[in-house]
Amino acid sequence: MNQTLFQKLGGEAAVDAAVDIFYRKVLSDDRISGFFDDVDMEKQAAKQKSFLTMAFGGPNNYTGADMRRGHAHLVQRGLNDSHFDAVVENLAATLSDLNVAKEHIAEVAALCETTRNDVLGK
Amino acid sequence: MSKFTFNNISYTCSENETVLDVLLAHEVAVPSSCRSGLCQTCMMQAVKGTPPGAAQKGLKDTLKAQNYFLACCCHPDEDLELALPDTQTARVRATVSNIEKLSSDIVGVSLQCEQPLDYKSGQFINLFGENSLARSYSLASVPAKDQHLTLHVRKVPDGRMSSWIHHELSSGDSVEISLPVGDCFYTPGNAAQPLLLIGTGSGLAPLYGIARDAIAQGHTGPIRLYHGSTNVDGLYLDKTLRQLTRQHENFSYMPCVSDEPVEQQDIASGHVLDVALQEHAKLAGWRVFLCGNPNMVKAAKKKTFLMGAAMKDIHADAFLPSA
Repeated sequence: MNQTLFQKLGGEAAVDAAVDIFYRKVLSDDRISGFFDDVDMEKQAAKQKSFLTMAFGGPNNYTGADMRRGHAHLVQRGLNDSHFDAVVENLAATLSDLNVAKEHIAEVAALCETTRNDVLGK
Repeated sequence: MSKFTFNNISYTCSENETVLDVLLAHEVAVPSSCRSGLCQTCMMQAVKGTPPGAAQKGLKDTLKAQNYFLACCCHPDEDLELALPDTQTARVRATVSNIEKLSSDIVGVSLQCEQPLDYKSGQFINLFGENSLARSYSLASVPAKDQHLTLHVRKVPDGRMSSWIHHELSSGDSVEISLPVGDCFYTPGNAAQPLLLIGTGSGLAPLYGIARDAIAQGHTGPIRLYHGSTNVDGLYLDKTLRQLTRQHENFSYMPCVSDEPVEQQDIASGHVLDVALQEHAKLAGWRVFLCGNPNMVKAAKKKTFLMGAAMKDIHADAFLPSA
């Protein structure tokens, strides 16, 4: 947990502000929207929220093993680096929409980067 | 592997089975309907032992505290002794006060409860019929305005419950219903917010309740109701809703027919979701209610969200089929 980053971004309120914008971008992005076709939207939104909390440096219980297990079925369907990049890109665009400073966006992207190998099952 | 007892008979539940799976496999008559943990018709009570938390999702806290749970999502992690909900705490007795034909396949059923029922328009109750049959029906009535509960029951092809209601149930009969369930209803607090209501078939029942409830609670923002049907006969509240339009300036109603040509100027041709979204390109700030056909509801959730409605402002009730 990165208390300073989470506070600088505005804590849980910032996550709440970002989650709809981020999820809307992801669902509208043809590169990755196919992975979300069969999901229950409310459940997925809750997952997006915990993901954003983690990416913002907030309190979370994610382990590398969770990440692997949670994405294994998507890796089977072809989830790869380009999709991971697209998600990070959408997250950066979301933060940019919310007028978050570039340096903080870079910190968020760096936090996401630490999960890449687990998410992609490498 | 765990064991549970019901009516003095002991059953074994393997890891992949739910309590409901096991009971149905043994042909034990217990009510069930959606089998997805939503409708709550399969609610049971653990009179000994504690049911897993995952089987209590969506139940009221008072029911959770009494170890009620949903049999369709219960994988017991300890031995349990089970009972069906007792009539005192979880069910209500009601008398049928009227049954009225609304279209060729929909009837309106009015129920008078023995004790006043605390509910919100758009929530649903489970109606218990003969032979442990139970199905969910949305409440079209408004607590502040209507003396009775009103349900709109569509005759489902080969539907055992709806056949019974359409052909056998009559005024004066006594039935049992559950306490109201569900979170698709109007909440006061943002009276100027525009409301978009989209429903197919008898999915109009909760929306009709929600619209009138909003009006009764002093909603001032626009209330836009779209009702979709395959044919003109299915626009079963057309007259009533046109009258409501004349009475309330902020309320409007658009009937939509998808599968037959329409000649009337005041009926839209096409699928209700397409018609509604054509007329509302941007939904940021709107509150949305979606009821009826599960495919329509699923598509509409996504589309209205992408068009700007906030997730917390999208309320939905998909009518899952069960014969």
